[in-house]
Amino acid sequence: MQYKRITLLCGHYGSGKTNIAVNMALDLKKQKDNVAIADLDIVNPYFRTKDSADELKENGIRLIVSDFANSNVDIPALPQDMYAITDDKTLNTVIDVGGDDRGVLALGRLSDKIIEENDYDMFLVVNCYRPLTRNAPETLEVLREMEMSCRIPFTGIINNSNLGAATTPQDVLDSVEYAHEVSKLTSMPIVATTVEEKVYSSLQGKVENLFPLRLQKKII
Amino acid sequence: MSEKVLMKGNEAIAEAAIIAGCRHYFGYPITPQTEIAAYMAKKMPKIGGCFLQAESEIAAINMVYGVSSTGKRVMTSSSSPGISLKGEGLSYLAGSDLPALVVNVQRGGPGLGGIQPSQSDYFQSTRGGGHGDYRMIVLAPASVQEMAELTIKGFELADEYRMTAMILADGTMGQMMEPVELDLEVKPMPEKPWTTTGTKMERKHNIVNSLSLVPEELEELNIARFERYKKIEENEARAEEYMVDDAEICVAAFGIAARVSKNAVDEARKMGIKAGLIRPITLWPFPKAPFEKAVQHAKRFISVELSMGQMIEDVRLATACKVPVELCNRVGGMIPSPEQVLEAIVKASKEIGGAK
Repeated sequence: MQYKRITLLCGHYGSGKTNIAVNMALDLKKQKDNVAIADLDIVNPYFRTKDSADELKENGIRLIVSDFANSNVDIPALPQDMYAITDDKTLNTVIDVGGDDRGVLALGRLSDKIIEENDYDMFLVVNCYRPLTRNAPETLEVLREMEMSCRIPFTGIINNSNLGAATTPQDVLDSVEYAHEVSKLTSMPIVATTVEEKVYSSLQGKVENLFPLRLQKKII
Repeated sequence: MSEKVLMKGNEAIAEAAIIAGCRHYFGYPITPQTEIAAYMAKKMPKIGGCFLQAESEIAAINMVYGVSSTGKRVMTSSSSPGISLKGEGLSYLAGSDLPALVVNVQRGGPGLGGIQPSQSDYFQSTRGGGHGDYRMIVLAPASVQEMAELTIKGFELADEYRMTAMILADGTMGQMMEPVELDLEVKPMPEKPWTTTGTKMERKHNIVNSLSLVPEELEELNIARFERYKKIEENEARAEEYMVDDAEICVAAFGIAARVSKNAVDEARKMGIKAGLIRPITLWPFPKAPFEKAVQHAKRFISVELSMGQMIEDVRLATACKVPVELCNRVGGMIPSPEQVLEAIVKASKEIGGAK
């Protein structure tokens, strides 16, 4: 992947943003020195980037995250050092934004600076197997709601269509048409199709811009 | 698109409620069930339904009372502390013989507790929760698919018996994501001649009320209600039995604890221990029959719970204390590991002098 200075990951609640953010930060670290991952989720107290804190730290990736993340203190807190994202121009940051229009609200605080600098990508993470983004028009609706809420235009699509642990290579192939429809409807490119490592090899060469994901947290 | 959908347990409950014909949802956000409210907020306006975030849990349950009086399918959801607030309303629903579906995605307590999963509202839900002599049908899903199926079942049972059905899930069940098939059948809603929807001057007016000031009449009402409960106990108790037929060690667990226990039973079988699992799907009525059957060959029961031991009392009652019943548990938001359950099975097996 090619990265701009700021990579924003937004999408429908439960579309897989956090896992992709952690994997992309690790990928970005192979290309750049000064890398950070920022958690701007003000909605969900569970399944946060902080779950991967140890691995990120080991890899020298800075974690910009609220002290309250993963503390079970269920309050919508932002990281105290969130302005480093826009103010420290030497920092390359992947931002894990909260889900849906409610989740991206906090991002609006940074929108002016991000747009002014214009060195960002904002990717829409989509999963056609999630209930409220089953088809392209529904997905477009979620996208518009999010753009209205955070006031930053999207630049690309990440197809993360999956059925969790039960995902087969065929499920991913079946989602390609959907991703293309979303791409056409939004006039944005599909920058990656993210798949779990175990199905990656059987899809190589069959899907464009395949990006392997190592899942960060094991769920029962 | 494909038939399967990847859903959180909370979303599956909300979608299944809509499939069941529920067009009225009243709630107040609380972790770990907020996705139910969020899903309803998104979807209800699109299908001509009503989503209303009430000013409190107490307001929400009383809105449920109002809609139920008109015969419409209605639900509310919350998590443990919020269910306590609804306690008065639950009692009024029971006293007025009103059907409703109430969802409790439990978290650790007592008090405000934490936001991690728990099963410690077992007593509260199976023994009432509010005041007075009454029962609720309590359903305990153990997968996201079952969250959807039991939601529909809950509406059906509530209407059939004119009472509250409760989905008793936990934080894990609410938050976990699994593929779900939503091609679910819904029975036609029974006639409801008792609703307060206007007489059109064609009949005597109906009254929905829990006030009954003549003791003889109130006694009669209570007795009649319990006749109905008896029928439910006879007809609606459900459980999943897993390798119970020859089991010497019988594990009892519901919800997330049952998933963990199933793994442990598999491991125990590999070690040559005759272990089995009874998973109550209805917590009230408690499925006594599989326990009565199992106690004829099982030498030990182990109740695996995310509580200090609540269902264990029903296991002891159902087995008439014929053999020892041990507790294997974690509390405060912790979940027993398969290893912990296996250890309890192995220990029990040694005590009875069984294989291993």
